[in-house]
Amino acid sequence: MLWPIDLIVLTFVIFCAIAAITVRDLLGTAILFSAYSFLMCLLWAVMGAVDVAFTEASVGAGVSTVFLVAAVFRTSRRSKD
Amino acid sequence: MKLLGFVVICLTGGLLIYGTMDLPNWGDPASPASTHLSDYYIENIVEETQVPNLVTAVLADYRGYDTMFETAVVFCAGLACFLLLRDFRPGKNRYYRHIPTGVMLHFKNPDTRMIPGNEFEHMDKDWVPSDIIIKTVCRILIPFIQIYALYVVAHGDFSPGGGFQGGVIFGSSLILMAISYNLRTLMKRVTEKFLSIFAATGVLIYVGLGVLAMIMGGQFLDYGMLAPLVPWDPGHIRALGMLGVEIGVGIAVMAVMVIIYVNIVSEGRHDEGL
Amino acid sequence: MNELLALIVAKYNFWLYIVLMMIGLYAMIAKNNLMKKLVGMNIFQTAIILFYVSIGYKHGATLPIIQGGHGPHDAVIHAADYINPLPHVLMLTAIVVSVATFGVAMALCVKIYQKYQTLEEDELRIRLSEK
Repeated sequence: MLWPIDLIVLTFVIFCAIAAITVRDLLGTAILFSAYSFLMCLLWAVMGAVDVAFTEASVGAGVSTVFLVAAVFRTSRRSKD
Repeated sequence: MKLLGFVVICLTGGLLIYGTMDLPNWGDPASPASTHLSDYYIENIVEETQVPNLVTAVLADYRGYDTMFETAVVFCAGLACFLLLRDFRPGKNRYYRHIPTGVMLHFKNPDTRMIPGNEFEHMDKDWVPSDIIIKTVCRILIPFIQIYALYVVAHGDFSPGGGFQGGVIFGSSLILMAISYNLRTLMKRVTEKFLSIFAATGVLIYVGLGVLAMIMGGQFLDYGMLAPLVPWDPGHIRALGMLGVEIGVGIAVMAVMVIIYVNIVSEGRHDEGL
Repeated sequence: MNELLALIVAKYNFWLYIVLMMIGLYAMIAKNNLMKKLVGMNIFQTAIILFYVSIGYKHGATLPIIQGGHGPHDAVIHAADYINPLPHVLMLTAIVVSVATFGVAMALCVKIYQKYQTLEEDELRIRLSEK
């Protein structure tokens, strides 16, 4: 594998993780978490774990986000920190 | 709390980074994890099971017992969501729209009900006009997503994929229907009873294949013993057994994903949602 | 100097995984909102999964799908040509269990909100002490 791709994607993953837990809007958290999952899936695909990447793309970036958005819809969108 | 948390993670992180000094170099082919056990699997799986995708072979055959209980865990998660949230009382506020005039009626008494027909239709509380573009695109897209999901399940032995991924994709196609139309459209087509039966059937198929292997004289989940049942292709019996197991997993996962989504989004009432 | 550079090249992946893991742990400890805590838990989980997957990686190896494995074959399979599939299997199950637990956790959040009208931990503590 090419190390620049690895390093760039890892940096993006860390930025997405920090943004997902600091943003004050929970809907924003849901979308950033989805982006985080998708970048993670990219990282695993680069490492050759295609099955794991496929699962993460469908489960983490797809269904988890839908659950999170559904829960935000039924609870509140604001977060104090 | 914030400062304490920061100190704790700095300490833990420092200790873990100190611990990485003992790990083998990243991607080292001679590391202990990739030299002893995994070589046996890589070299012998195709000969023993006729399945080229090593991950599926290990998941559904060598570690079949583990995967069976994992399917049971997913089933239990669906059950837990049902028991936590399901609410059989009718909602207090109901909204109906008179279709020819567009007048909205608001019913506050939970006992009065109106049968939606040609004149009236049941509306969500936070109703927004449905977008024709979204509806049309989703209506065209959903069958293709479902066929792709079936392909992923059926082709899991030869390419990336398998029961979990296919089940999740199929479930998300149903969730897409609920989002693009409304929740009642989905619950009319895929009822709660249907979903519950499917979730249980998936686990039952998995366990049933294991028990069938026992009846045929082998050990639990020993697919090789099923060969007399498929006389036309006994050479690929392990691959076929894995396919059966994956179908069971796919059905269970599909039903459970829809159950969890529907219960969360409607707070267990199954009447209105996103 | 060269030794230090070699060490960084060999280990920087592991260090970044640990940074990711610590972000998740910090969210679980210090964040006030229950949903943020759950997102932190998921970040922690994916960091551990990433660590496991990277253990199976080998330089110069290809995907764990045997070429020409379907049908008759007589080519000898070399273990060094294929990535180690065992960590992938373990982590595949972990991901699916994680989404199941995440769904149950979301259901609990909705239930808590129905009863106390808040998801903030400090407000929740005040409401609990009032009763």
